[in-house]
Amino acid sequence: MRLTATRAMGKGVVYLLLTAGAALCFLPVFWLVRSSVMTLGDIFKYPPILWPAAIRWENFSEAMKASPFLLYFRNTLIVLTPNVVGSLLTASMSAYGLARFRFPLRNFWFALVLGAIILPPAVVLIPQFLMWSKLHFVNTFLPLIVPVWFGGGAFNVFLLRQFFLTIPKDYDDAARMDGASYWRIYWQIMVPFIKPALIAVGLFQFLFAWNDFFNPLIYLSSKETYTLAIGLRFFIGSYSTFWNNLMAASLIVIVPPVIVFLIGQRYFVEGVTLTGIKG
Amino acid sequence: MRTRKFHAEAREATSGFLFALPVILGLLVWVIAPMIGVLLISLTDWNVLKTPNWVGISNYVKLFTTDLYFWNTLKVTFYYVVLNTACATLYSLIVAMLLNQKIRGRGIYRSIFYLPTIVPIVASSALWLWLFNPDFGLFNVMLRGIGLHKSLWLSSQTTVVPSIVLMSVWGGAGNAIVIFLAALQGVPRELLEAVEIDGGNWWHRFRAIMLPMISPVTFFNVVTGLINSFAIFTQSYVMTNGGPNNSSLFYVLLLYREGFQRNNLGGAAALSWVLIVIVSILSLLIFRTSRRWIYYEGEQR
Repeated sequence: MRLTATRAMGKGVVYLLLTAGAALCFLPVFWLVRSSVMTLGDIFKYPPILWPAAIRWENFSEAMKASPFLLYFRNTLIVLTPNVVGSLLTASMSAYGLARFRFPLRNFWFALVLGAIILPPAVVLIPQFLMWSKLHFVNTFLPLIVPVWFGGGAFNVFLLRQFFLTIPKDYDDAARMDGASYWRIYWQIMVPFIKPALIAVGLFQFLFAWNDFFNPLIYLSSKETYTLAIGLRFFIGSYSTFWNNLMAASLIVIVPPVIVFLIGQRYFVEGVTLTGIKG
Repeated sequence: MRTRKFHAEAREATSGFLFALPVILGLLVWVIAPMIGVLLISLTDWNVLKTPNWVGISNYVKLFTTDLYFWNTLKVTFYYVVLNTACATLYSLIVAMLLNQKIRGRGIYRSIFYLPTIVPIVASSALWLWLFNPDFGLFNVMLRGIGLHKSLWLSSQTTVVPSIVLMSVWGGAGNAIVIFLAALQGVPRELLEAVEIDGGNWWHRFRAIMLPMISPVTFFNVVTGLINSFAIFTQSYVMTNGGPNNSSLFYVLLLYREGFQRNNLGGAAALSWVLIVIVSILSLLIFRTSRRWIYYEGEQR
């Protein structure tokens, strides 16, 4: 009897802590939404009001008028789409090569992949920038797209390699016996197998490209080429006292990745887990 | 027979190499060559406007002796890296342990704790600028509500780094939580029950079974936490611009300023290599000491 009583109490504490933690975690997001639909007068009231009597949708149209977010959205998609395709294709090919074949220096290249994950991207920025500037491709989208087609990010290669290692080698051998080419094994046997991991990689790359701030800041210098992240940064600079408009603009940038996350959540969790557990 | 086997092996090697070629080329063009390039640039006085001259190691000497910001930025960055990694690891472990209980709605709780990780850092910087606002921000409103003094948050030299850590823990713990949770769920039930039969409480279960069993994952989370912390840039660039009085002038922000605002490419390149060395030494140290505190299943001690 006493044991079950303490058990029940322990469970109550767990629920209490979780709910309080989740509420605190969600509070900033709630505050963002709430501030994005208020008048400036309401926003500065003390004690604060939790939710406005009337929703002020104009904050969104004012934000869109002040800054060409539709153009930024288009630019973001132009960068993002080839990012996702390029990483899916080249990261999975590279991972397949590193996981399933023996060739000279293979372990050396894999060690470099691990090293590239550890390397802070900023340290190789200057030569990369000078190269793009020599080729006159600064202020185009190419510097944000082309590198992804060469391996699709070291982290993605690592993740997919770990996934390939979990597939029994018998499948390859059986297909080889039947005379299938390596390319066919990759395309018709391996790719369907690693579909969950591929979806995870696609989601990671989507989020990376959507959220990336550093590279667009370096490479995109005119308003016509800004992505949403950079556009929002300049919005912050010029509208920092109009908190309601700024929160509306931020919400515009946040909603698409959140929707993608909610849809693909299961694959996300699988992908993240795989990197940590099998790594 | 032998030559046929040899041919098959050669074909396997060629195919494997071709499959891996994208990443191999990528590493050569986007990692190896730039690392050599940045080393060479760091030995010059290149500043875009005039032709560069070799100046030997003088950029490095300048950094360590006369540079106004270098030691300060190292101090500030290390402070952030250590505080953020410690807080984020502890926070994600606690949340994961709570989620690991037999509870209803685990998926919903997990989504809520993960959600901030999805928010783009620029957008969360805008949001937290508003939350931290000394006069009208939510945090000071809350402090005032419970009768405490208001804090200056980002506007004071003493609170700016802890404030950014608070924001980073909120927005960066999602992956660590998911990884910890998966590891905790992988702890064998029999072991936990054995402790219970011996009369152990939850602390014994945690200390004797869970902590050693999840140590490889703790290691992974600490390493990725440290490495990601070193790369911090957007928060300070957008919210504080390194201030007040350079107390949030993180390493990458200094590098960016030297390279892209002051056009001091030689100096920025030297900063790059110093960071490569720091991160390499740190990784090496962690991997060297890891054997002492990581328990791998099936390993003889």
